[in-house]
Amino acid sequence: MAEGSMARNRDIGWGYRGMVAGRVLLAAFGGYALAALSTALFSLILPLERSEAVAAATLASFAIMAFAVMAVFAARSLPVALLWLGLPIAALGGGLWLALAVFGMGQPA
Amino acid sequence: MRTGVRQSMAWLHGWSGLVVGWVFFCVFVTGTASYYRADISHWMRPEQRERVVATTPEALGQAAEVAVAHLKAAAPTAIGWYITLPRPGQPMLDLAWMTSLDAPFGHATLDPATGTEPATRATRGGDFLYAFHFELGLPPLIGRWIVGACAMIVLVAMLSGIVTHRRIVSDFFTFRRDRSAQRGWLDAHNMTGVLALPFHLMIVYTGVVTMALMYMPWGVSSAYRGDELRLYAEARQMPAYRMPVGRPGTLAPVAPMVEKAAGLSPEALEMLIVNNPGDAAATVSAVFEEPHGLSHVHPQVGFDGATGAVTDTLLDSPKPATLTHAAMMGLHMAHFAGPALRVLFFLCGVLGSATVATGLVLWSVARLPRTGEARPFGLRLVQTLNVGTVAGLPAAIAAYFLANRLLPVDLAARAEWEVGAFFAVWLMAALVPLALSHRQAWQAVLGVAAALFLAVPMANALTTGRHGLGGDPLFFWFDAAMLALAALLGLGAAKAGRAVAARERRAHRPARGTPALNRA
Repeated sequence: MAEGSMARNRDIGWGYRGMVAGRVLLAAFGGYALAALSTALFSLILPLERSEAVAAATLASFAIMAFAVMAVFAARSLPVALLWLGLPIAALGGGLWLALAVFGMGQPA
Repeated sequence: MRTGVRQSMAWLHGWSGLVVGWVFFCVFVTGTASYYRADISHWMRPEQRERVVATTPEALGQAAEVAVAHLKAAAPTAIGWYITLPRPGQPMLDLAWMTSLDAPFGHATLDPATGTEPATRATRGGDFLYAFHFELGLPPLIGRWIVGACAMIVLVAMLSGIVTHRRIVSDFFTFRRDRSAQRGWLDAHNMTGVLALPFHLMIVYTGVVTMALMYMPWGVSSAYRGDELRLYAEARQMPAYRMPVGRPGTLAPVAPMVEKAAGLSPEALEMLIVNNPGDAAATVSAVFEEPHGLSHVHPQVGFDGATGAVTDTLLDSPKPATLTHAAMMGLHMAHFAGPALRVLFFLCGVLGSATVATGLVLWSVARLPRTGEARPFGLRLVQTLNVGTVAGLPAAIAAYFLANRLLPVDLAARAEWEVGAFFAVWLMAALVPLALSHRQAWQAVLGVAAALFLAVPMANALTTGRHGLGGDPLFFWFDAAMLALAALLGLGAAKAGRAVAARERRAHRPARGTPALNRA
C-alpha cells in the first residue's frame, strides 16, 4: 500500500472529507434509490405472476443495494461514482415510467 | 496515487464495520441467545413444571374457547385477536390483540385449565432478548429501521471484507499471537469471520429479507397500488382479508372451527387469528405449525366468523419466489433445527459475535498513538464504546437472569423490573470506562460480567431448589452455559490485566490504520 502511515487528522483537508461525505450520501441514497427503482420496475415487468414478481424483485433488491454501495466506494473518483449510479438509476427510472404508462399500476381487483 | 479496489474495499470495510459494530454486536449476541428463546423462557419460569399438554383437537378447541371468552371481555372492539394455542413445552395460552394500527399490542397469558393468569412469576423471559434482537428495546418501527439499516451496512462490510482479503484460504491457518497485538487481533478477526463465513452471509441477508416488505415496499406500491394484504392473499400466505362492514356481529363458537381445522392438516395447530371480532364480517384463521423443513410457510384454514364455515384452505406449498422468501426466513429463524443443529447455529452465532468484537478492538488497537502521545478524542470514544458494548452487554444479560431469580415473585410490574435491571447494569458498565484507564476498564467490566454469570446458578439453586444436578436437563445445560460464560469472561478479564502493554510498546510500529480513499 502506497499510503503507509495514517495521515494526521489535521493533514486531511476538507476537500477529502467532502468527498467521503459525498460518497457516503451517494451510496446510501443512490444505492437505496437504485434498489427501490429496480424493485418497482421488475415487480411490474417480470414475466411471473404478480405476487411472484414482487417477491423475486424484492429479494434481489438488497443484493443490488449492497453492490451499488460497494461500487460507489470502489469508483476512481466521486464524479465517476455518480456516473456509475446515475446511469442505471436513469435507465431504471425511465423504464419504470414506461412500464407504468403501458401497464398502469396494479389493479387491486 | 490511485488506490485500487482492494484498498478502497479495505477502507469501506473498516469504516462501515466500525459505524455499526456496536449495534451489531448487540444484534448478534441477542440473536444467538434467541436460538434458545423458548428454553430461556422456560428457565425464567421455574414454577412451570413440565406437564403433559393435551393437544387433541377437543383440548385445543376448549383452550381456544377460554381465550375467546377472555378476549371478548378484555378487547371486544379490537381489530384483531391473536391466540397462540398450547403446545408441548408451552402449556399456556398467549393472547395478543391489536386495538389500532398505531397502539402497541395488548398481551395476556392464560392458563387454559383455569382461564386466569398462570401461577408463574411475571417475566418476559426469552422474548425480551428475542425482541431486543430486532427492535433494540425501542419502539418497534424505529428499532426495526435501525437494525435493518445496520444490517445492510454489515452486509456491505462483509462483502468488502471478502474482496479485500487477498489470502483468504491461507490466512485461515494463520494466528500470529506473538507478533504485534494488532496482528493477533487481525488474525482472530479473520479466523472467526472466515470460519463461519457462509453462516454470516446467510444470517445477515436472511435477516434483512425477513423484514423485506418493510424496507422495500416499492414492489407492492407499483404492482399492487400499495395493497399489501392483497399480495399476501395472492401469494397464498393468508386468506383474503375481509374489510369490516361496520355492523356488529356475534362470533360463532371457535371450538368447532378448531376441530374442523385440525382434521384438515397433519401439522400441529399453532395459532388462531380473529379479524374484526366484533364485526359482522369477522373472519377466523387457523394457522398451523410449519411442516418439517426449511421454509417458514404456515398452512392455514380460513373461516367465516359468523357461521364457522370454511372459506379458504391454504395447505399447499407456495410458488417458487414466495417459497424462496419463506425458506430464507426459515433459515434465519432455524425452527427446523434439531438439538444438534441448534448447537451448531449457536456456535456460529458466537463466532459472529466474536468477529464483530475482534473487529472493534482491532480498529482501536490499529490506531493506538505512539507511546507518550495522547489518544485523540475519536479513539477514546471508540475505546469507551467498545468496553461498554462488548463487556457491558454480557453483564446486562447476566443481570437480567439474576434479577429473574432475586426479585420477589409477587412484585408488581416484575417483568419491567427485570428489564430495568438489564438496562441499569448496562448503563453502569458503559460509564465505568470514563472513570478508569482503558486497560482497567476492560478488566473491571469483564470481571463484573464474569461474576454476575457465576452468580446466576448460585441464585438459582438458592431461590428455586431446581439446580443443575437435580435431574432436569434444561437446568443442567443452563447452569453449564452460565459457568462457561463466566469462565470465558473471567479469562478475558485476566488477560486484559496482563502486561501486554510492554509487548505492544516493543513491537508497535507507527499506526498504519487503513489507506485513504481516492481523492476526487
